[in-house]
Amino acid sequence: MAPRLKLFIPLILFAAMAVFLFRGLSLNPQELPSALIDRPLPQFELPALGQERVLAREDLLGEPALLNVWATWCVACRVEHPYLQQLADSGVPIYGVNYKDEDGAAGRWLAELGNPYRFNIADRDGTLGLDLGVYGAPETYLLDADGVIRYRHVGVVDERVWETILQPRYLQLAAGGDTP
Amino acid sequence: MTRRLLCLLGLALLALSLPVAAVIETYEFSDPALEERYQLLSAELRCPKCQNQNIADSNAPISKDLRKLLHQQLEAGASDEEILDYMVARYGEFVRYRPRFDGATAVLWLAPALLVLAGVAIALLTLRGRRRQQTEDAVELSAAERQRLQQLLDKTEHDS
Repeated sequence: MAPRLKLFIPLILFAAMAVFLFRGLSLNPQELPSALIDRPLPQFELPALGQERVLAREDLLGEPALLNVWATWCVACRVEHPYLQQLADSGVPIYGVNYKDEDGAAGRWLAELGNPYRFNIADRDGTLGLDLGVYGAPETYLLDADGVIRYRHVGVVDERVWETILQPRYLQLAAGGDTP
Repeated sequence: MTRRLLCLLGLALLALSLPVAAVIETYEFSDPALEERYQLLSAELRCPKCQNQNIADSNAPISKDLRKLLHQQLEAGASDEEILDYMVARYGEFVRYRPRFDGATAVLWLAPALLVLAGVAIALLTLRGRRRQQTEDAVELSAAERQRLQQLLDKTEHDS
């Protein structure tokens, strides 16, 4: 290499590092891909919240749906609740997992704020949460008609998240598309 | 003097007590070997919520759950491999501080070795270049030059 060109090596190294570091600024390290993407929803047998029946994996099959993990102790869940209600009103099926919560408190919450869920799985000890790899509410899973987990969103579902991330995948599944 | 010694001793004891404070809740183990494995595994498993802590010293609810689970599985006789597989199946390779070697983690495992090799290579090349420079500088003097050098040296000796 000509000695003149050698002088540019530090500049090139700097530019390469700057590109990577700049990219790093806009990445979210909290965003972990779920280990269960494209895997079937785990089996479970848990009581329904406020109902005298036992729910299992089979109760969630049949059409693409959202599975929302929430709890009354979770502040962000209260934030996303009105938007979930709006989605449910527009016809999106939403199932709830009441995660490590008390049935009484959860019942009051639904009576007070409205109930966007078709039914709620009462996961009092967090066993289903553990099998799902939940690490903090709220988390929202997108299931296809066969109960396969297609996407996991950690954090609040609001209009932006729904329109840019979840809705395109949901519509594709609803239209019979295979993978988003 | 004795007072100062006592102070120092107190400080030393304080340093000793810090690792003990890292344990949040205590579990009873039927076998001390299980407890040892519990300590090792809880130090290696990473908290999915608070990402730069292991589950041994994180007090996030999820870490507490995972510690409880770890205790149950150890008491039930699961091997280290089984426990790690169980955790990875739910939380992904992320949950281990020493992830398995595969396509996605190859860069992570190999980069340090490659960087050291690159460093050694650069050092060797630089040193060799410098040595060549030195040998080039040390040119033999011709007879005329040597004579002139001697004259100059003699001259400075006379002057001083």
